[in-house]
Amino acid sequence: MKILVCISHVPDTTSKINFVENDTQFDTQGVQYIINPNDEFGLTRAMWFKEKSGASVDVISVGTAETEATLRKALAIGADNAIRVNATARDAQQVAKEIDAVMQENSYDLVIAGRESIDYNGGMVPGMIAALTGMNYLNNCIGLEIEGNQATAIREMDGGKETITSPLPLVIGAQKGLVEESDLRIPNMRGIMMARKKPLTVVEPTQEGQQVQTVSFEKPAPKGAVKLVDPENIDELISLLHNEAKVI
Amino acid sequence: MDFKLSEEHKAVQQAAREFAKTRLLEGVIERDSKMIHPSEQVAEMGALGFMGIMTSEKYGGSGMDALSYVLALEEISKIDASAAVIMSAHNSLALWAIEAYGSDTQKETYLTPLAQGKNIGCFCLSEPEAGSDASMQRTTAEDKGDFYLLNGVKNWITNGGKADYQLVIAQTDPDKKHRGINAFIVEKNWEGVTVGPKEDKLGIRSSDTHSINYTDVKVPKQNRIGADGFGFKLAMQILEGGRIGIAAQALGIAAGAYELSANYSTIRSSFGKPIADHQAIAFKLAEMAMDIEAARMLVYRAAYLKDSGEPYGYASAMAKLKASDVAMKHTVEAVQIHGGNGYVKEYHVERLMRDAKITQIYEGTSEIHKIIIARNIRRGELALPI
Repeated sequence: MKILVCISHVPDTTSKINFVENDTQFDTQGVQYIINPNDEFGLTRAMWFKEKSGASVDVISVGTAETEATLRKALAIGADNAIRVNATARDAQQVAKEIDAVMQENSYDLVIAGRESIDYNGGMVPGMIAALTGMNYLNNCIGLEIEGNQATAIREMDGGKETITSPLPLVIGAQKGLVEESDLRIPNMRGIMMARKKPLTVVEPTQEGQQVQTVSFEKPAPKGAVKLVDPENIDELISLLHNEAKVI
Repeated sequence: MDFKLSEEHKAVQQAAREFAKTRLLEGVIERDSKMIHPSEQVAEMGALGFMGIMTSEKYGGSGMDALSYVLALEEISKIDASAAVIMSAHNSLALWAIEAYGSDTQKETYLTPLAQGKNIGCFCLSEPEAGSDASMQRTTAEDKGDFYLLNGVKNWITNGGKADYQLVIAQTDPDKKHRGINAFIVEKNWEGVTVGPKEDKLGIRSSDTHSINYTDVKVPKQNRIGADGFGFKLAMQILEGGRIGIAAQALGIAAGAYELSANYSTIRSSFGKPIADHQAIAFKLAEMAMDIEAARMLVYRAAYLKDSGEPYGYASAMAKLKASDVAMKHTVEAVQIHGGNGYVKEYHVERLMRDAKITQIYEGTSEIHKIIIARNIRRGELALPI
């Protein structure tokens, strides 16, 4: 079985979020980057298939040279090959098309992508890959087993779970539950050394230009100071909730 | 001159940071309070390759350089300085000596399981009356033809209770003074080896510090490391490298206290603004940041010199002296910045303050390091310009 895990290179969850260039670009100054957590859940499950059934695992990212450290981490965790499409990721369709272009050259039985990235939260890439490649698609995946050519997946729904079967090839949108946080792997030292020697192929993008452009980013307004109201003064509380907080 | 870490070094640093935050942080206060050894976490450190980080891959190690070792220790020490000293004593005292000077048989028998983290090692040099003056060994290893007969007491042995294999320094020929000293690999389970009770320490309380008694222990001749009389020279070389590990531990303790303080000072407010915006606290943070950065440069440079195959004795002495003083000074300041909260265990800085003190004492006191640096100056061996 050949597995492709799509990796987004995203700011660490503790990063301070600021914007530059008239609020059109994210300020990368001092920001640590990590594997998008939903992708990491998927990568960890892929490693499980590799160890259990000898699957091969490739990882792919659409990004500039800075993303290579994140791909090397995936290699250190145990992925066999890495592919970087040499383009700045701008929107979901561009990313999905670039991954589809790579998949035209290399066939995969299973494509795993996080159900959304924690930076821009688009949540569209896995679905678009499925649409472009014509593969089946299961999103919000919290369980996945594969027997022969058949996948059995568990999908999270509002208030419950759904078990679905699908033949391969298949695209899944991964999330927490596919593996737990305690299952996530820290690269071992030998893995880090080996990652240096594993292939990281850089391919040029097939898409030209960009279809969408960010006009501006805006952060939520900072939280105001807490106002303490005398518990006896219900009228003032109601007035503040009505006129200032505007929640009633 | 390039001050940038390579991608591999950053990966090691990141892996150690992730390990410390996800595996060591939980339970660190309880382990310290109750002197619980982090055995589960040490086993995991073995699986991740930290317990044989500098040992060559041929013997089951990770084959990394001293800078990787320093980066990993710094990150681990930020969270749990006890786990860090377990790793440091194991790697740079026990494993390094066996790899550098052990016979092929010694390497196969002892180094491989140690480097894989399956067994723990310790270095037994200090004695009740031989601390800084390591040439005054009272422990004897009498040459009996086919074996040595080992008798004596070793004190303050890090990993003493958990170590399966001990690197023991002992006097074989007192007439030859330090040239009559030998180094031996001793197995914990041999008859006559008795591990004393665990020391109840000020800091690094979850690390495993014991005295060890040797009573008529028969040590096979093939367990001596190097030629007859090589033990003192070996011990001094071990300490040269070991100092880099303790320097990294001290750096991590200081940096951990700084990170906690920098964060705390932005969330704690007084007189209507975060305490970080009061000059009294801002200046403390500025001095901490500057001193830690200076210590970091010395520590990384000592590792760099070791990796380059250049003499690093004075550099590791400077690194250890500076980093341990910075750790002591600024963990006290970290408690001060945290105020009343700093004095309780929940906020971690009081533990880091207690942990910091030992870094000025073990693997050469601060005073001994000043002697080492001064001797290098007198011999004209201090590399200039830096």
